[in-house]
Amino acid sequence: MKGADIIVKSLKNAGVEVIFGYPGGSVLPLFDSLYDADFKFILTRHEQGAAHAADGYARATGRAGVCIATSGPGATNLVTGIANAYMDSIPIVAITGQVKTCLIGNDAFQEADVTGITRPISKHNYLVKEIKDLSTTIKEAFYIAVSGRPGPVVIDIPVDIQMQDAEFLWPEVLNIRSYKPVYFGHPGQIKKAAKLISKAKKPLIYSGGGIITSGANLLLREFAEKIQAPVTWTLMGIGGFPSVHPLALGMLGMHGTAYANHAIMESDLIIAVGARFDDRVTGRIDSFAPNAKVVHIDIDPSSISKNFRVDVPIVGDAKNILGELLEQIKILPDSSAWIKEVESLKKKYPLKYKEGDKVKPQYVVEQIDQATKGEAIITTEVGQNQMWAAQWYKYSHPHTFISSGGLGTMGFGFPAAMGAKMGCPEKTVFDIAGDGSIQMNIQELATCVANKINVKIAILNNGYLGMVRQWQELFYKKRYAYTRISGPDFVKLAESYGAAGIRVTKKEDVRPAIDKALKIDNTVLIDFHIEPEENVYPMVPAGEAINRMIGGMA
Amino acid sequence: MKHTISVTVENKSGVLARVSNLFSARGYNITSLAVSETLDPTVSYMTIVVEAKDESILEQIKKQLNKLIDVITVTDFTKKEHADREMILVKVSYSSGNKSKLTRALDKYVAKIIQQKGNSAIIEIVGDQGQIAAVLLKLEQFGIKDLVRTGRVAMQY
Repeated sequence: MKGADIIVKSLKNAGVEVIFGYPGGSVLPLFDSLYDADFKFILTRHEQGAAHAADGYARATGRAGVCIATSGPGATNLVTGIANAYMDSIPIVAITGQVKTCLIGNDAFQEADVTGITRPISKHNYLVKEIKDLSTTIKEAFYIAVSGRPGPVVIDIPVDIQMQDAEFLWPEVLNIRSYKPVYFGHPGQIKKAAKLISKAKKPLIYSGGGIITSGANLLLREFAEKIQAPVTWTLMGIGGFPSVHPLALGMLGMHGTAYANHAIMESDLIIAVGARFDDRVTGRIDSFAPNAKVVHIDIDPSSISKNFRVDVPIVGDAKNILGELLEQIKILPDSSAWIKEVESLKKKYPLKYKEGDKVKPQYVVEQIDQATKGEAIITTEVGQNQMWAAQWYKYSHPHTFISSGGLGTMGFGFPAAMGAKMGCPEKTVFDIAGDGSIQMNIQELATCVANKINVKIAILNNGYLGMVRQWQELFYKKRYAYTRISGPDFVKLAESYGAAGIRVTKKEDVRPAIDKALKIDNTVLIDFHIEPEENVYPMVPAGEAINRMIGGMA
Repeated sequence: MKHTISVTVENKSGVLARVSNLFSARGYNITSLAVSETLDPTVSYMTIVVEAKDESILEQIKKQLNKLIDVITVTDFTKKEHADREMILVKVSYSSGNKSKLTRALDKYVAKIIQQKGNSAIIEIVGDQGQIAAVLLKLEQFGIKDLVRTGRVAMQY
């Protein structure tokens, strides 16, 4: 069998259904084989779009996303997408063509050292130098991408390997002696954690993306209800706990709710589950959670005690460990006074915004929430749009909030929406965008229209790179250095691509436009002209303790 | 404080780059690094000497190394009984006049003159860090012209 056919067959065996990609010289044999295969192949308009789409697909489905690009520039265009998936622990398998093995290292046409470039931004990578390794490498790549703490895996395949002949072998089992993820927590550590929980007066759960990766959302709910602990979550943890639940505290951190941040400072026991004490969450690290003992559950041992002192670390899968903890906790903590205290924090510092005559971005997100009954998949770009989408949509399910957390990649949301829609065609998918971010991957409108990928885009158009402008307003004396940004006529642009475009400049037109967009069986872009200098509040200035919030009503 | 760590890795191309990349990307300092094949040709053995301010940084280094897919084991020798050695080559000034003095200076050590040419001699010295420091101190009087070190190798009992 030809190498290219081995790749196709291996992808089939790995359960791949959808592939995002872009052809080129070094993947010609592979594309020739793909021509006869029955994958849903989505030709994006930029390789970065393919990488983000694979990422969005993975986040929406929980399965590995796949993207393919040619050597050199094709591969380097994937790099941002790979780094993005790495920072958020998202399983994608990126296949890149490489120049012929005999030309590697010769500065050949479209050659780049892709394994070298992607080494620090991927969970693992391979350069396949011999055809006998090809199928095993692909099987390993998928296994490594989705297991343990997931992440992107890159397979660089020289074009001559794609053309050589070999017998197809698919290993039944993989035995990677150097890679054995730990899924079950140490019983002694679980006992210690259970003891701390029983004694806690003010327990608080701080949940992250690990809840969603491990599918622990229902157990998290059971656990929180059993020990009566309020739950706050990270940006990556959105959807891991129902946001309308009485114990829900919303997101914490830089743009978290004031009550979540205050609760962190008051708590005497923080149970961190699948979260990594990122600087956007903790603010000034030495003043974070000063009164609390900390239990930290994470599948990645290197996440533990990396940023923050931990009293009881438990390495393993969140779902297994929450299950074991539920069994171990015999004496429930008495947190009734604490629950009352948290209730009053919620009343004292509600999440609010000033309504006005102009179109407020928060209002737009609220209306999208109501129009979709909180059941849509929301993707976001990065910046203010992302924070408003995080704050004002009421998520109840995992895999429904898709956002670039760690890397903060502008231009992520739209191709990610495309990927999410390919993975979950029955769901409504909305990209909440800014007018800056959307212009970073706007070319994917052509991909959506050509493939009838019916996603909706809500541009919160303020004519600024809003989050940077907000920092300039607050910390740089309103010197708006290069943050005023123009764009095209988005409605005409959408139409020229064959998508539908709607412009909204009045508050009363917000909801009708959303309803109309939902009815149109096509990609729809809604250009909401919002209050230009609206800020995201509350806000913890960089390097401050997280209860030192500024702005808004907090 | 300096710590000696040994790492066994898959003997594949690119593995050394993964390890050294990790150190530079995360801002850890490598004092020395020695790599070679082992009795099992599919496994390479690295002895890494690292500078770590405190225990938590050392812990992170070990965890990050373990996280690399191609790393099989990580052993920290800080609190383990082990033997370590380093070999160095030292070029010193040499003349027929100081030959016997130089030979005497090397007497108590695993050290010998391995080459001499013109007014220079190259000396091979093998020892632990204390022995090597002691020999180097003794050799100063002869005028050290050049020095190369292999980096430490360590083995557990």
